[in-house]
Amino acid sequence: MSPILITFYFLAAITLATAFLTIYSKNPIHSAIYLVLCFFSIAGHYLLFNAQFLAIVHIIVYSGAIMVLFLFTIMLMNLNKEDEVHKPRITRLGAIVVFILTSIVLVTIFINSKTIMGDYDTSGEDFQSIKKLGNVLLNEYMVPFEFASILLLVAMIGVVLLSKKEKTEKK
Amino acid sequence: MDSGFIIEKSVLIVVVFAVTMIMAMYSTWAERKVAAFLQDRVGPNRAGWGGLLQPLADGMKLFAKEEFEPNTPNKFLFFVGPAIAMSTALMTSAVIPWGDKLEIFGRTVYLQATDIDVSLLYIFGVVSVGVYGIMIGGWASNNKFSLMGAVRAASQMVSYEVAMGLSMIALLMMTGTLSLKEISEQQAGMNWNVFYQPVGFLIFLICAFAETNRTPFDLAECESELIGGYHTEYSSMKMGFYLFAEYANMFISSTILAVLYFGGYNYPGMQWMVENVGVNTANVLGIGVLFVKICFFIFFYMWVRWTIPRFRYDQLMNLGWKILIPLSIINIIITGICILAFK
Repeated sequence: MSPILITFYFLAAITLATAFLTIYSKNPIHSAIYLVLCFFSIAGHYLLFNAQFLAIVHIIVYSGAIMVLFLFTIMLMNLNKEDEVHKPRITRLGAIVVFILTSIVLVTIFINSKTIMGDYDTSGEDFQSIKKLGNVLLNEYMVPFEFASILLLVAMIGVVLLSKKEKTEKK
Repeated sequence: MDSGFIIEKSVLIVVVFAVTMIMAMYSTWAERKVAAFLQDRVGPNRAGWGGLLQPLADGMKLFAKEEFEPNTPNKFLFFVGPAIAMSTALMTSAVIPWGDKLEIFGRTVYLQATDIDVSLLYIFGVVSVGVYGIMIGGWASNNKFSLMGAVRAASQMVSYEVAMGLSMIALLMMTGTLSLKEISEQQAGMNWNVFYQPVGFLIFLICAFAETNRTPFDLAECESELIGGYHTEYSSMKMGFYLFAEYANMFISSTILAVLYFGGYNYPGMQWMVENVGVNTANVLGIGVLFVKICFFIFFYMWVRWTIPRFRYDQLMNLGWKILIPLSIINIIITGICILAFK
């Protein structure tokens, strides 16, 4: 086995294990910490694809910002076992149906997809460099890129609006 | 990959690690001496000449102290907190160019552990992960004062990261690269970035203070309100790790400030030195110059700590969100206009 393959299996094991532990741990803070570990191992997978920029941005955005805010909120809420909400039976049924449908879609995708464990093609271009990425994003994919930024802006304004609204109602 | 490459990088990493540790150790000594100087006192002067052995004595004391554990259900996380704080403090030094190059036994040795394409983002990533050490430690202490300290630290660091990232963007627009090696090379002579980005530098400096939890932004350990903040429950070397990580962070952020804005290892006449005196002499001098700049910034950190009182929490948030972020956005716009106008 090549070192890259060993690294891949190691990272895959960590990713799956932490993902399962995220769901199964009783304490919400432990769940959040396992999720952070999961994100780190996913960043490792990106590095295996030689996508340095994606890996670092993944760490900054998900592990560094979103999960910190998540942990922050959970710590402030101080959830205990007694606070666990018991969902009605119909909700559970709905969850199971959705899960089965999603897994059918995922399994069909996996079956029909081409295997990527092939040989590497060398195109002679350094696709991990940020200059290359920036050129591609702002030339070929200019419109979707700008749409994504508008979407984020709208989401941001929406959040500000929602939090402002709550305050005025309280008064 | 030849073995010489592995050896030179290993030696470099070990040396950088040792230097970071020694600098952090002597920062504690320097902090007391600077505090004493600013308050017209003598400072530590018993252990060794001028108190120079004081950090060793402190370390011995911290190791010999009783290890006290609070009654917490999260023993493992309680141990992991200081470890994360320390390792993230040390990880950043991997991408910093400590000098240009040396010629040893006919090999050209670049004085940088690794020159990845995304160095600047890497630093940013490590900084943003650094908050976990404080948060996990503070929460696992099972103490409401620790938790308050941790929550304050987290919201403070997340808020100031935004302004820090925006001030970095203005710098990036100018340099056109994320590699710290290239940024250092661009600043050869007196072509320092601080002359082109004075506002960006100020924003970055303020955010660096907030990210390292130093006064006037040390609300995380605000002793008058929160006993000791996130490390209230820590004792012995675990607390030592938190305090040590703060000084290591201070050293690293001073280095980043020096490399990004104050020319790194460059000094006026470096090119002349390389041509006339020799590559090695010129570059050893360059390393010395970089450390002089770093020591100045460390002194600046201490100077501010003993001069300015702590902010109130709402003042801190107002400064971060309502002043620094709009200022850095304006800075980006002005930088863009200038680049269009002059290039």
